[in-house]
Amino acid sequence: MRWMLLKDLQILRRSKLLVGLLIVYPVAIALLIGFALSSGPEKPRLAFLNQIPATQNTINFGSEKIDVKVYTNELFDAVDRIDVENREQALQKVRTGEVLAALIIPSDFVMKLSNGGFNSATVEVVYNGDALKQSFVESTVESKLALADAALARQINKVASGYIKVITTGGEINALGQTFELLGLTASKKLLDETLRDAPRDITRKLQPLQNFANIGVANIDRFNDVLNTVERPVEVSETVLSGRRTPLDTFAVALAVTVSLMFVCVLLASGLLALEREENTFSRLARGLVPGGWLLAGKVVLAAACAFVVTLAMLLGISAFVPLDYGRVALWILAIAASGIAFATLGVAIGSLAREVRAASLLALMLALPLAFLALVPSGGVSPLLYDVIQVISAIFPFKPALDAINNAINDADTNMLVALAHLAALTLAFGGAAYWGLRRFAAG
Amino acid sequence: MTASVDAATAAPALAVQGISKSFGERQAVRDVSFDIAPGELLAIIGPNGAGKTTLLSILAGIQQSDAGSVAQPQDTTARIGWVPQHTAVYGKLTVAQNLRLFAKLEKVADPDATVARMLDQTGLGERADEELGRLSGGNRQRVNIAVGLLADPPVLLLDEPSGALDPRQRERLWGFITALTDRGTAVIFATHDIAEAERHAHRVLVLADGELLFDDAPAELKRVAKADDEHDLEQAFVGFLRDRGH
Repeated sequence: MRWMLLKDLQILRRSKLLVGLLIVYPVAIALLIGFALSSGPEKPRLAFLNQIPATQNTINFGSEKIDVKVYTNELFDAVDRIDVENREQALQKVRTGEVLAALIIPSDFVMKLSNGGFNSATVEVVYNGDALKQSFVESTVESKLALADAALARQINKVASGYIKVITTGGEINALGQTFELLGLTASKKLLDETLRDAPRDITRKLQPLQNFANIGVANIDRFNDVLNTVERPVEVSETVLSGRRTPLDTFAVALAVTVSLMFVCVLLASGLLALEREENTFSRLARGLVPGGWLLAGKVVLAAACAFVVTLAMLLGISAFVPLDYGRVALWILAIAASGIAFATLGVAIGSLAREVRAASLLALMLALPLAFLALVPSGGVSPLLYDVIQVISAIFPFKPALDAINNAINDADTNMLVALAHLAALTLAFGGAAYWGLRRFAAG
Repeated sequence: MTASVDAATAAPALAVQGISKSFGERQAVRDVSFDIAPGELLAIIGPNGAGKTTLLSILAGIQQSDAGSVAQPQDTTARIGWVPQHTAVYGKLTVAQNLRLFAKLEKVADPDATVARMLDQTGLGERADEELGRLSGGNRQRVNIAVGLLADPPVLLLDEPSGALDPRQRERLWGFITALTDRGTAVIFATHDIAEAERHAHRVLVLADGELLFDDAPAELKRVAKADDEHDLEQAFVGFLRDRGH
């Protein structure tokens, strides 16, 4: 096997394009994933027209004033803002594609908020009708409008809470240009209780409903703040994660990228190396007892898995520059990548044993590997239960799913059973090894 | 052509007895028996699908026969040399690397000396470091044959050895093969080219539908086929097959 391994290495050394692709491919994948995970989405360019008069930049709630920047600042931290002078200019920039959309805050925005209530104030978003561009910008604008609304609601809540506090405990309040001294519910109740203690019975009876009102008011005063909080955040999201740990999306993407790269390098290389023996007609020489079939297959599997191991590990290290990974689990990385690589390479030689030439083997490997990767990622509930069961069975008879489970566990300590995944990979290695051996014997006999 | 051996007196280098092989319903080789003496050059001729390549594959050990035996009475441990129809060497390796690899796989005693000897014999010493894929078809075939000879086999099997060669390359090839038989190597080759068999072989086997129809010298085939001087062996051969229902 040693001489065959050396020979395959010599051939790889001369196949500069193939080796170049083997290096460039994972590096490119690593960089793409790294940039995708470490940098946020690009800010959409928006034209902005603020029609609010310069003298009306504050929203009045009674004596309290809220700067309208509370609203606009929330909007513009997520977009690339292009200020325009008027509505026509805004529409023109949308039409020419200079901006993806225009956001127009009408001149009556502040007045409506101050006088007409929060719901009656509107902002206008102008899109150019291009579905692709609109979908890109729409979600950003809508989510930011919601955030701006929430920020404004918080300010209103704060003002209202101040009023409630004065009503409860007493203090000064400004209204209609004048300052009033309020006694407050708590002090009023105390004064009423003291007055009624010595008052005649009929006065006490008549004022009893007022005393009850004061009691109930003081007892429930804290609920006013709860109601205001509820208005500010009508639905609070509570996250529950079933069955223990949760894998963050970015580190799962790392496990996925590593598994996909490992699969492609292993399957393509192993199938190609074996098919090369048939394409070069050398298999007929080797099959005469020079190299036993089992050793021939083992050599291809070991070489493909070793190459993919090096490439994948380098890729993981490249990605770790962008996404923090736990180096304390590196032994598990090695175990999972090695076991997965051997299983993928064995699938590769099984494919190679069916093909008479390298191109056919590569095509077959690609046609088989790509759909399997997609199938393994179909979530339960994404398709009908029956179809999902079928997909699960198909995924179970190929190495991608258990390899992803093992690598995800190794990288992310994900809630998958590493031992089960490794045992699954070992079983598939044996099965595909047997299939490849049978394929070789069938070819030799033919 | 001069026969360098007396097949009747020498112990055979290879003895083939009752070989049969079927693929499903089709019988590719039917009870074929013959032997070949050291230094003898034996041609196997026959139409397409006659079973020539299947028979050679069985002799080479690539395929198992359903019945019969292949024996090497003179040396039971020596491996039979095998040169397949299409060049079976690695195009990305150099001439020397190909020879060295197969020498090591053949477990020859001194691989480097063997490689040097084969480079000398094939006249490819100056091109030893060239990638095989860049050589001409004729030179690739020389390397192909050299690989079959690395273990210095007592019997060499060649399947259509001159099929892809031009006349000058063919002439050089047959010079090379004749030199081998002169040194005592028994050579069996399968060919479509009847004239080539007539010109170079000491003996001819005619196979048709897996059946051995004739085993004698080319001149005898010409006589049996009633070919006169005006008819070449190819015409006589076609008539011979027709007379026997093939």
